Amino acid sequence: MSDTNARGYTAAHRILEGKSALFAVLVTVAILIGGIVEIVPMFSAGTGPEMLPGVTPYTALELRGRDIYISEGCYTCHSQMVRPTRAEVMRYGEWSRAGEYAYDHPFLLGSRRLGPDLHRVGGKYPDAWHYEHMRDPRSTSPGSVMPPYPWMLHDRYDVADIQASLRALRKVGVPYTDAEIDGAPAAIEAQARGIVDRLATAGITAEPDRDIIAMIAYLQRLGKDGRAALSAGTAATP
Amino acid sequence: MEYTGVRPPDGVQYDDSIVKMFLTACVVWAIVGLLVGVWLALEIAWWPANLGLPWTTFGRLRPLHTNAIIFAFAGNVCFFGIYHSMQRLLKTRMYSDLLSRLHFWGWQLIIVCAAITLPLGMTQSKEYAELIWPIDLLITLVWVVFAVNFFGTLAIRKVKHLYVAIWFYMSFVLTIAVLHIVNSLVVPATLFRSYPVYAGLTDALVQWWYAHNAVGFFLTTPFLGLMYYYLPRIAERPVYSYRLSIVHFWALVFLYIWAGPHHLLYSALPEWAQTLGMVFSIVLLAPSWGGMLNGLLTLRGAWDRVRTDPILKFLVVAISFYGMSTFEGPMMSIRAVNSLSHYTNWTIGHVHSGALGWVGMISFGIIYWLVPRIWNRPLAHPDWPITHFWLATIGIVLYTVSMWAAGLTEGLEWRAFDEAGQLKFPNFVEIVHQLAPFYWLRLLGGLMYFTGAIMLAVNFFQTIAGAASTAAPAPAAAAASR
Repeated sequence: MSDTNARGYTAAHRILEGKSALFAVLVTVAILIGGIVEIVPMFSAGTGPEMLPGVTPYTALELRGRDIYISEGCYTCHSQMVRPTRAEVMRYGEWSRAGEYAYDHPFLLGSRRLGPDLHRVGGKYPDAWHYEHMRDPRSTSPGSVMPPYPWMLHDRYDVADIQASLRALRKVGVPYTDAEIDGAPAAIEAQARGIVDRLATAGITAEPDRDIIAMIAYLQRLGKDGRAALSAGTAATP
Repeated sequence: MEYTGVRPPDGVQYDDSIVKMFLTACVVWAIVGLLVGVWLALEIAWWPANLGLPWTTFGRLRPLHTNAIIFAFAGNVCFFGIYHSMQRLLKTRMYSDLLSRLHFWGWQLIIVCAAITLPLGMTQSKEYAELIWPIDLLITLVWVVFAVNFFGTLAIRKVKHLYVAIWFYMSFVLTIAVLHIVNSLVVPATLFRSYPVYAGLTDALVQWWYAHNAVGFFLTTPFLGLMYYYLPRIAERPVYSYRLSIVHFWALVFLYIWAGPHHLLYSALPEWAQTLGMVFSIVLLAPSWGGMLNGLLTLRGAWDRVRTDPILKFLVVAISFYGMSTFEGPMMSIRAVNSLSHYTNWTIGHVHSGALGWVGMISFGIIYWLVPRIWNRPLAHPDWPITHFWLATIGIVLYTVSMWAAGLTEGLEWRAFDEAGQLKFPNFVEIVHQLAPFYWLRLLGGLMYFTGAIMLAVNFFQTIAGAASTAAPAPAAAAASR
C-alpha cells in the first residue's frame, strides 16, 4: 500500500479491521438506515400512498385471472402504470394514482413495455376481442409480436383453493368479508356466466371454467375503479 | 497491508475442492443462463420462437434467464472466489467443510428448483425474487449456512486485520440476508401460491429496494471484493490506495441502499421517496468511480502487460464497463432522462453493460487465471482466451449500442406529436416494428458473447480432464503459492 503509515481515520480504521464483529455491526447499521428511512413512512397515512375512495378489492374470478396474469409473466412485457405526461395520457388514458393499487398484492407495475401499458385496458375492448387476442394476437392487432396463448382457451383455473387465496389476502389487509369468502365459488360461476353469455352474442362458444374467462374478467377490471373515481371528481388534480 | 496471503501456515491445509465445485457449477450455469438469454433475444425478434409451447414463452423464460445469470452464474462465481480468497487472506481453512458442502449442494438445489418451477409458471412476479415461497425458505436456510461458515471462518482467522476484499464480502453476506427476508414476507395460500404482505406502491418500493440492491450487493460489492483480491495478484501490483478503499467502501454500502426508488420515477410513489431515490442515485456515482479508479490505478506500471495478457484485458474491460454503467445508472436516475429511458430497451442495454461487461468479464478473467493454478495444470487451449475476449467485447458493444438505439427510438416515438398536437405514432405496433433491426443486431451481439462463453466452457472441461502437471512444484502451483 502506498500509504500504510497514514494517520487519522486510516489508523482508526486499521483498528476496526481487527474487530470483525464490530465491523459486521457497523456494516449492518450502514445498510439499514436508507431502507428504514424510505420504507417505514410508507406505512403512515400522511407520508404513504394516498387512498382513492371507490376502489374495491378484486372479485374472486378477477383474482384468479390476476393469478394467471402473474403466472404467464404478462408483466414482463406490459406495464400497469400510466405516467403523468401528455403523451401517455393521450395514448392510454388517465394517469395512474397510488390509491388504485391499494389491493394489489403483489404490485404489477411492470418495468418494460415490449407491448402497451394495460392499466386502462379495462372496458376498452369487448370481451370477444380479448378472447380472439389470446387465441391469435394478430387477428385483433395486425403486426403484433405477442405469442399466442391458445392453452388459455383449454386450461381450467383453480376454484378449489380460491377460498385459501381470499383468506390469505384478508390476512394481509384486503377487506374480504366472510360472506364473500364463503360465496366465492358461486360468485365465480355467476361472473363467468356473464362473460360466457357476452362471448356467445359475438358468436364464440366458451366454457365458463377456462383460464381465458378469468383473464377476461381481470383485464376488463383493470383501471376501472380509478377511472370511475376520477370522473366522479373524488381524486386530487395533478 | 497483506494482499497475497497465499502460503498456508504450518498445519493448515486450504479446502480447494469446494472452490473447484463452485467454479465448475458457475461454468455450467453460465452456459445455461446465456443460452436462455439468446433464446429470449430471438423470441423478441421473431415471436414464433417459443415453438407454440407455454413453458417457453417470453413471460415464463425471462425470469429463468435473470435468475440463472444472477444467482446461478454470478452467485457461484462469488462463492468460488470467496472460498478461494478468504482462506488465503485469513490463512485458515474454512470453518466447516460440512457447511461448505451444504452451502454448495443447497445452492445448486435452489437453482434446479428455479429451473423447474419458473417454466411451469410458478412465480411471485417480483423481479429477481420470483421464486415461490418454499424455495424462498430454502434460500434463507442455505444463506444462514453460508453466513455461519463465513463468520465462523472470520472467528478462527490467523490474520488479525481484515483485508478490503473481506469487507466487501461481509456487506454481501449481511445485506442479501436483510433484503431477501424483508422482500419475501408473504402469506401462503397454497404450496405454490402466496401473497405479499405489502400492497401496491409500498410493495413496489420494497421490491425495488430489494432489486436495486440485488444489483448493488450481489453483482457489485462481492465482485469489487474479488477485484481487490485478484487484480493485485494477477497484475502483481499492490492496491493503489488504502485510503480510497476505506472511503469508497463505506460510502458505497451506505448510499447504495437508498437508490431503489429510481425505478419508480413518475409513478404514483410519493414524491419524497422518488426524490430521495434520484438524489442518492446521483451521489452514488462518486463511490462507484472510487472503486473503478482504485482498480484501474492498481494497474499503474503494469499497462505494458495489458497489451499481451488476455487475463488482464478481461479485467481492464470489466472495470471500464463498471465505470461506464455506474455513470449511466445515475444519469438514467435523473427524472428528465428517466422519463425518456424508462420502460424502453435503454434499460435493458444498461443492465447488460453491467452484467455482460462488468460481472461477466471479471469472472472470465479470474476463471482463466485460477483454473490452471487450482487444478495444477496448464489450460488445454492457452490461445483461446484472447479470441474469447474479442468475441465478448465486440458482442457487448453490439448489444449495448443496439439497445441504446432501440431505446431512444421507442422512447422518442412514444412521446412524438404531429403538427396538430396528436400522437405521431398512435399505433403501438408501428413503433415495435421499427425496432426489428436493432433486435437482430442485439441477437448477433448476444450470440458472439455466448460463443465466447462456449469456448471458455470447452477449454475449462478439457483442461480439468487433462493430465496434471508432473513437475513438482509445477509453474502454475508455484505461481499460486507466491
